[in-house]
Amino acid sequence: MPREHYLNATYGIRSWLLTTDHKRIAMLYLVSVTFFFFIGGAFATMIRIHLLTPTGLLVTPETYNKLFTMHGVAMIFFFLIPSIPAVLGNFLLPIMIGAKDLAFPKINLLSWYIYLVGGGFVLYSFSTGGLDTGWTFYTPLSSVYSNSAVTPAVIGVFINGFSSILTGLNFIVTVHTMRAPGMTWFRMPLFVWAQYATSIIFILGTPVIAITLLLAGLERMFHLGFFNPALGGDPILFQHLFWFYSHPAVYIMILPAMGVISEIIPTFARKPIFGYSFIAGSSIAIAVIGFFVWAHHMFLTGQSTYSALAFSLLSYLVAIPSAVKVFNWTSTLYKGSISYDTPMLYALGFIGLFLIGGLTGLFLACLGLDIHIHDTYFVVAHFHYIMVGGAVMGYVGGLHFWWPKITGKLYPEFLARVAAVILFIGFNLTFFPQFLLGYLGMPRRYSSYPPEFQVLNVMSTAGASILALGYLLPMIYLTWSMRYGKVAGRNPWPATGLEWQTDSPPLTENFDVTPEVTWEPYDYENRPDLGLAIEGAPTHAHGDD
Amino acid sequence: MVYITVICLFFGVAITAAIVYFFFKYRRTHPEQVGVPIHGDMRLEAAWIVVPSLLAMTMFAWGAVVYVDYRRAPVDTLDIYVIGKQWMWKAQQPTGLKEINELHVPVGRDVKLILASEDVIHDFSVPAFRVKMDVVPGHYNTMWFRPTKAGRYHFFCSQYCGTNHSLMGGWVTAMEPTEYAAWLSGASEGSQNPVLAGEKLFADKACITCHLSDGRGRAPSLNGVYGARVLLADGSTVTADEGYIRESILEPKAKIVAGYQPLMPSFQGQMTEEQILNLTAYIKSLQSQPVPATGAGIAPATGKK
Repeated sequence: MPREHYLNATYGIRSWLLTTDHKRIAMLYLVSVTFFFFIGGAFATMIRIHLLTPTGLLVTPETYNKLFTMHGVAMIFFFLIPSIPAVLGNFLLPIMIGAKDLAFPKINLLSWYIYLVGGGFVLYSFSTGGLDTGWTFYTPLSSVYSNSAVTPAVIGVFINGFSSILTGLNFIVTVHTMRAPGMTWFRMPLFVWAQYATSIIFILGTPVIAITLLLAGLERMFHLGFFNPALGGDPILFQHLFWFYSHPAVYIMILPAMGVISEIIPTFARKPIFGYSFIAGSSIAIAVIGFFVWAHHMFLTGQSTYSALAFSLLSYLVAIPSAVKVFNWTSTLYKGSISYDTPMLYALGFIGLFLIGGLTGLFLACLGLDIHIHDTYFVVAHFHYIMVGGAVMGYVGGLHFWWPKITGKLYPEFLARVAAVILFIGFNLTFFPQFLLGYLGMPRRYSSYPPEFQVLNVMSTAGASILALGYLLPMIYLTWSMRYGKVAGRNPWPATGLEWQTDSPPLTENFDVTPEVTWEPYDYENRPDLGLAIEGAPTHAHGDD
Repeated sequence: MVYITVICLFFGVAITAAIVYFFFKYRRTHPEQVGVPIHGDMRLEAAWIVVPSLLAMTMFAWGAVVYVDYRRAPVDTLDIYVIGKQWMWKAQQPTGLKEINELHVPVGRDVKLILASEDVIHDFSVPAFRVKMDVVPGHYNTMWFRPTKAGRYHFFCSQYCGTNHSLMGGWVTAMEPTEYAAWLSGASEGSQNPVLAGEKLFADKACITCHLSDGRGRAPSLNGVYGARVLLADGSTVTADEGYIRESILEPKAKIVAGYQPLMPSFQGQMTEEQILNLTAYIKSLQSQPVPATGAGIAPATGKK
């Protein structure tokens, strides 16, 4: 371990709460998003237990509605959206491009405080009556009819949006202005490209959700008629505005995870990533096309047939860049030197689950099929495959990959592999039955259901108990490893990025001297400093090259 | 469905198989071993952009055909009005018979549901018929289906609508046409015909003082207006469907018929959804009467599907 690093440079509670070090702010975010993950997870646990019986086992319909609403709000706005950008992105983005910090360190700290204030309002809503509008806040239910604590929740999500905007701004400026000598755009790690694309969505999309929720809040508080038809408003207008942000928000969640996967795969296959520029470009393509597909959430609202046709076509187009990524990741494995370390297990698990999540998106984008599966459990399964199977697997995989850098310690490898397998199996057992439930016609957001759906619901709940174990294990051993783990050293895997050139954990200034980049990304061929066999083409045991 | 499933299964299985195969085939056999530096291949990139794009377009086209057919109801349907409110469904048969959380329909006949909401957004869905449609306050949506087999089928509210959302469902009973007719005449006794109820409203709400049937009133004659193309003051035209009639009752100034002044008061908040439906039913019934020549701005539909 280095004698001095960002964790022990200064001590005391003030040195954390007033820090401007991007790495410490990342740790603050790590603690707070984990807190919200467990709140959202507790709601999910109650949902799954409740659905064990057709009439509902645990709570009243009213409470059930609050459970799934608060599960969605906590997980989406306060865990998934900030998780990878604000934790891993904050920690890594400056180091990966050879900078000392983000461009605006104080604004970075401000982002975290805004997040806390927003989170405080939402927790206040949860604890004083709860929220029962669905995370989608559809009007006029949310703005007129709901009797729950909608106003503080809307204010909380509104405030939290500024945290995203400031983080996005910080990332974009940092990438443009603070790259180390030699760090050209096409030498940047793909994780940085993914964060850059995500930041574009943060800045362009988040103001729209802020305005939308503000209007819904004004309608609720002061009876201004924006969305309530009785006051001359249009409830469908809310959906247009809401999804204009909230569909791109799906890409806010999945793009950073794709960035993580693009780092892990070349590292554990020890070869350059296949089609670097296509993976980088597809991130930008997803960020841009993602803004033009929102009304595919609204095929059955009565929107015009022509508009439905256009949005269906565009929804198919946005699938192509995702497919390009999957093909390139798979091809990267070809003739690699593949190890079975934990981050690689997460990365491969990600591809499998994202594949299912993405391909079932093609079913939903299909206008004819959507009539049947819209608003059923098929949709629930689809987006959990993307957001949990994709985004959360990416986040947990990334935590493992960079844990030695963040803490300077190694986690217990065998236990971590076991946990990764448990997580993968538990996830599929939980959510695959929900595709079948949806196709059979079970609507989402139901606290009770016809008895013929019980078998699949029990299977899903059984799977969820395995999934929960899969989340608790890393929580325990990662915490344990901070104190008792083996010392990691600078570059345990070894990997090629700049973050692995500095100490683990890094200095407050990240580097002793500003690094100069002379190599291409993921280049194992010309890197004698990594201490690997680099003479000519490596020999494979199978002699097939 | 089968087509998309087959394509998705093919890609899903192929990619998974490739990953698993590579995973074991190229496993690291020596701790210092590195992979073969392959940077990419333009032909492969082009192939896996173009081929999935083309396949996706075929999926789009097939789905589009089904959807367009679904959104355009055939002519000569059996029209049933359905009102959603927290948390129940009211249906009204053409005879005026009302049902709650039940819907009886004849087999072999195209059935069109005209959907209205009293409060929040609901969604009427019948999974067995593969149909659903949002029920949005403030305007009408329609959906249609043709039952093919007698039986009892679940219907659900599929759009989350508040506390008892999951209890807001019932049964569609598809009956043989003769049984349906017998059921309808037997059960309809004593229920009020919506056209008659609408005719009474037409007089009570004083519609009749301006909308004279000979076209010489201060407002256009409504004879034959349903289904016709209406020429508006701004030069555009609109088809007078249920949605247009509803809008004209609630927001009369939104679309002014050419040649008339915007004099009509709004009935927003003064009529229940049910009354609006009855009035609409009455106005629709007027189309069988001869269209007076002076019906300025209103032309009979030509070549309508």
